Amino acid sequence: MIKAVVNDGHGTDGGQDPAVRRVRVRILRQDIAGGESYWERYEIPHEPNMNVISVLQKIAAFARTQDGRRVAPVAWDCSCLEEVCGSCTMLINGRTRMACSALVDKLLTENGGEIELRPMSKFPVVRDLVVDRRRLFRSLERVKAWVPVDDSYDHGPGPRVSPEQQQDAYPLAECISCGCCLEACPQFNKIELTRREGESEADFEARRQQAFDGQFVGPHAISQAMLFNSHPTGGMIADERLEALTGKGGIQMCGNAQNCVAVCPKRIPLTRSIARAGRAATVWAIKKIFDR
Amino acid sequence: MSQSKILVVGGGLAGLAATMRLAELGVHVDLLSLVPVKRSHSVCAQGGINSVNALTRQQGDTEWKHFDDTVYGGDFLQHQPPVKEMADWGPRIVDLMDRLGVPFNRTPEGFRDQRRFGGTLYKRTSFAGATTGQQLLYALDEQVRRHEVEGMVTKHEFWDFLAPVLDENGLCRGAVCQDLVTMQFRAFPADAVVLATGGNGLIYGRSTMSMVCNGSAVSRAYRAGAWYGNGEFIQVHPTAIPGADKLRLMSESARGEGGRVWVPRKPQDPRDPRDIPEAERSYFLEERYPKYGNLVPRDIATREIFDICTNEGLSVEKDRLCVYLDLTHIPRETLDRKLGGILEIYEKFQGVDPRSVPMKIFPAVHYSMGGLWVDYERSASGGMAEGSLRNQRTSIPGLYAIGECDYQYHGANRLGANSLLSCIFSGLFVAPSLLAAQAEAAGAVNATKLFEAEIRRQEERHRQLLGRTAGDENPYDLHQQLGSLMTRTATVVRRNEQLAEAYGEVCGLEERWQRCAVSDTGNWTNQNVVFTKALGDMFPIAKLILKGALLRDECRGAHYKPQFSMPGIEATDPVEKRAEAERWCDRFEENSRKWLKSTIAACDPEGNPEISYQDVDTSIIPPRPRLYGLVGGEVIEEVWKERLAARAAAKQGVPEAATAAT
Repeated sequence: MIKAVVNDGHGTDGGQDPAVRRVRVRILRQDIAGGESYWERYEIPHEPNMNVISVLQKIAAFARTQDGRRVAPVAWDCSCLEEVCGSCTMLINGRTRMACSALVDKLLTENGGEIELRPMSKFPVVRDLVVDRRRLFRSLERVKAWVPVDDSYDHGPGPRVSPEQQQDAYPLAECISCGCCLEACPQFNKIELTRREGESEADFEARRQQAFDGQFVGPHAISQAMLFNSHPTGGMIADERLEALTGKGGIQMCGNAQNCVAVCPKRIPLTRSIARAGRAATVWAIKKIFDR
Repeated sequence: MSQSKILVVGGGLAGLAATMRLAELGVHVDLLSLVPVKRSHSVCAQGGINSVNALTRQQGDTEWKHFDDTVYGGDFLQHQPPVKEMADWGPRIVDLMDRLGVPFNRTPEGFRDQRRFGGTLYKRTSFAGATTGQQLLYALDEQVRRHEVEGMVTKHEFWDFLAPVLDENGLCRGAVCQDLVTMQFRAFPADAVVLATGGNGLIYGRSTMSMVCNGSAVSRAYRAGAWYGNGEFIQVHPTAIPGADKLRLMSESARGEGGRVWVPRKPQDPRDPRDIPEAERSYFLEERYPKYGNLVPRDIATREIFDICTNEGLSVEKDRLCVYLDLTHIPRETLDRKLGGILEIYEKFQGVDPRSVPMKIFPAVHYSMGGLWVDYERSASGGMAEGSLRNQRTSIPGLYAIGECDYQYHGANRLGANSLLSCIFSGLFVAPSLLAAQAEAAGAVNATKLFEAEIRRQEERHRQLLGRTAGDENPYDLHQQLGSLMTRTATVVRRNEQLAEAYGEVCGLEERWQRCAVSDTGNWTNQNVVFTKALGDMFPIAKLILKGALLRDECRGAHYKPQFSMPGIEATDPVEKRAEAERWCDRFEENSRKWLKSTIAACDPEGNPEISYQDVDTSIIPPRPRLYGLVGGEVIEEVWKERLAARAAAKQGVPEAATAAT
């Protein structure tokens, strides 16, 4: 997204004062969707309290590699810078995480004085560190992650909810759709399609959706399905969500690697949701046999 | 291109609320946003949403009091009918969000819990942990996704709004926008266009706002002829966490839950704050404002914190201005349950646990009270007439504005937890007005040629920017300079000489912008050129903020000029006190006659603001002095009440509402 260098009073010319400690950064770049990727190195002056976003801002302003070659600024997504919008996911020193909350001093100690940035590997690269995460949102449609209200007119308050129920639901509702869990999941694999010659935009979109729908929905969507199934009104279409979760690309694909819960920046109990969904799916499958 | 549709630009709370309601009404919506709508800046709102509720009602609260708190907090600069309507809708809106599944915090019996926010004495604020904005946004995002599946909504995410397209009658017929991935331009014909594009914090460089809050869409509408109202009113939030890339918000709810602001009485006391005894701490907000304490309205808290650091030299640190915001007296379990989200932000970015060590905070630019001027139609009951073509309409027919990017609800200062309400309210309320606009637009002639011409114009502008590779200016450096200048001159304390000088400097920066070099000349996800373009669009807004502030020689809400401040009563002798209060009220009345007016900026062809003033509709609640904690406030209040009573008696027989004007 649109971003700016904001660091009052500090120059951004990457001046060569040898007394200033420098941060070395290695970035895996790619100019265009489907293009070749390549590494580039940068060096910027170190400042206290830097995060990866401020590193990328400096690189954008300076737009030169370590050896002084002028290059196009690195593209990346970001917006809120406080780990609540879910935009800036990338692989930082090999680990999937949010760039805004990745503090430079910590990174340097864990990776020998260099920071390595790569785009997420489970989504098609749009450019540099920007990836196309539409599939993540499509999964939310597949599991009907909403409360099916009649309309938005006044019908009084929602159902009474105990504090325990609220405290159970709230952590699941904090999912920022960053995609970290999908990046870490061994069962979630990249789908990258290119538009065929003569294919209309609508046809391409339909083909993409079909490809998405045949593959794993992902831990985030399973957790959202459980969130809405546990809501008194949301639960009124619990069966439809279970139908989706027991269908193609559903919960049976989870291999229980538990990587998802380990990388979630919001510490959402994803494996607990998956376990719940597994039990509910079993009960529902049995019920379906007897209802036949 | 289907015939009947509406273009909503921006997918935060306001844009999503409007989209949801329109889809329900059977209108197809094109929803366009710089980012996936679920990532909009509304997610950053933390504290809660205000409305009268069952509990406060039994303590004497009413919609009227919420309305009164809002206009008093806003220093009476808002037209009152829209604010009244909003306060009336409050309970319905919170009920609706509850039904949509927002996990509001609960009382042991299972009712929604509420906390107290600034500028009121009632616990009106419903909340979902400390991420209320996120939760409200998600609930609306989910409903819109549902309508999207049903085919009523088409999302265009990673798109930039470039210009409204107006026909020869001046009617807005749609917009031209750009795909930020492929960089292609496209026409979006629509029966009406709604801007819901939020604030413009990026003009100040670092603020609590997200990187998408650059104000570019509003600036482009302003350049096309839409008026801008009350631009100089920018809220500086009292409590933010200083950072190199962003000033992260520390919600007012921290004080709502009992957080206390203090500084050591000894300047830069080197001791660990926990070792400083009570007697050696100055809880300066509680000392100066015994009634509201730490929950005085934001502009006042901000000025006090700013003042104690800059003028009294009591900043906690020497090189970095900050004060303590202390939660350590509250049980950890309570903090985690009610404020978990924001405390985690502090811990993550500062590396210190605010549950055991007082936080260090300082004010930061936070909210634009001003925005696109919008109209409304007054109803018989003093609110807004639902479904009127005029509600939320900008000065360009067919172009509407809602949410933070309109100027309508918060006057000179916004109360905490009122923005989520105004966003959802204006989004829902505008929907029937858009239906009326659709009916109006039905007979208009084909506008294909207009769109083609606008696309050519935009392509040309884009090509020119891409061609600027040899310039000697760096857009990121210029942005930094603009941000520092605006922060220094047009935030907490404003002085005419500085404002005049800053205006000249902004013009200089704008000229230098013409010589900006782009370092990326490609036509694929070119963030460099998009940023450069957005930066160019910040200057017209920066200029109207500065000019509005320069011309407004008074203090009102967030706009504070020491030269024109009205200090409290100094006299101690009762007779003299009384005489002084009389003089104070005379001056107040004179000032109101002169300055109780909306600032309206219209853009001239060069991009400079032409400022004029409009009367404010204060026909429902007569303006009164804003006296939070002012020394001698009780005498002033007494004198003021007597004057009002005398006036009412003199006017007997004249119906008050008949003086209303919009």
